Amino acid sequence: MSTVYVARNPRVAARILDGEMMIMSGRDSTLFTLNRTATILWQWADGTTPLDRIVEQRICSEYNVEAAQALQDAEALARELASHEILEISDQPISEPAVLRGDRQ
Amino acid sequence: MRVNTTEPDFLHILQQSYAGFVSSSENPAIDFDVEITQPLIDEPDADVEVTHSCGRWSLQRGDFRAEWEPGKRRGWVRQTANPYAIDSVLRIVHSLVLAKEGGFLLHSASAIRNGKAYLFAGESGAGKTTISSLAPSDAILLTDEISYVRRQNEGYAAFGTPFTGELAKLGQNVSAPIASLYLLGKGAENRIDPVEPADAARSLLSNILFFAKEEELVQAIFHSAFEFVKRVPVSRLTFVPDSRVWEFIG
Repeated sequence: MSTVYVARNPRVAARILDGEMMIMSGRDSTLFTLNRTATILWQWADGTTPLDRIVEQRICSEYNVEAAQALQDAEALARELASHEILEISDQPISEPAVLRGDRQ
Repeated sequence: MRVNTTEPDFLHILQQSYAGFVSSSENPAIDFDVEITQPLIDEPDADVEVTHSCGRWSLQRGDFRAEWEPGKRRGWVRQTANPYAIDSVLRIVHSLVLAKEGGFLLHSASAIRNGKAYLFAGESGAGKTTISSLAPSDAILLTDEISYVRRQNEGYAAFGTPFTGELAKLGQNVSAPIASLYLLGKGAENRIDPVEPADAARSLLSNILFFAKEEELVQAIFHSAFEFVKRVPVSRLTFVPDSRVWEFIG
């Protein structure tokens, strides 16, 4: 499995309240409530930390899961969040999210 | 806001529709010129479209088309003589103005009792009209349909609106600090139950009226909802539709 990087979309609004992470798409006002794993992904999706390191350091340490399976699940989750434009996913480090790069094009 | 029209009949309708909310301000925040026309497009039931480009808002529905330039404090409306058209334009413009100021329009009834405002939110059929019609004589009705919520000091205040629902009764043009937001539901007994903050935020967001898809304002509305639930108690009010429910309020 190749290295994957994830970055938060800066154009969504996010708040955590009583441990629940809620995110609203700025594009169509859809409201998402993230589960605990998705919240961890969101919080550590800085664009430069590889997904496998986020899983190893932040997810496997919290859940008693096997690393390979956890990474597979996390990548599927990241791709789902990316499909809602909550996260950006890339096989290269993301220094600047695509939505911001697009502003200058 | 100032609404300018050369149509005497339409002016008369406006004065009646907004009685109690009409003043003679010489320096309005926004000046709207209204032109009465025939239906604009062939889809009278088309959803409202609100877009923003180059400092100008465009509002459109089957029965009206409007533009508003906040920088110039001017706008125009072309609409049929139907008063619901100008009512919709005013609601949309107020929702945009409020969003920038940390407030919002809420799909809720509201009333003042003992100097504090109480909001009753819910979808159609939840009981907004019912609880408004059951209000005792010492309660001042602000609206039975659309509450006007603004940031005020460390909290929020509710203002009366002329935006009516089924009760078709104008609210009073007064305001008060908001003491509580109730999420309405009809049931077999009167009771008030606490609502978890995250649920409160979700419910509040689902009842905020906002028509634009502009990212900055969508984010502003989102954050305003969270600020609101941090500062205003939110409870679930289940009620039997008779006047005893007001013993719980205020």
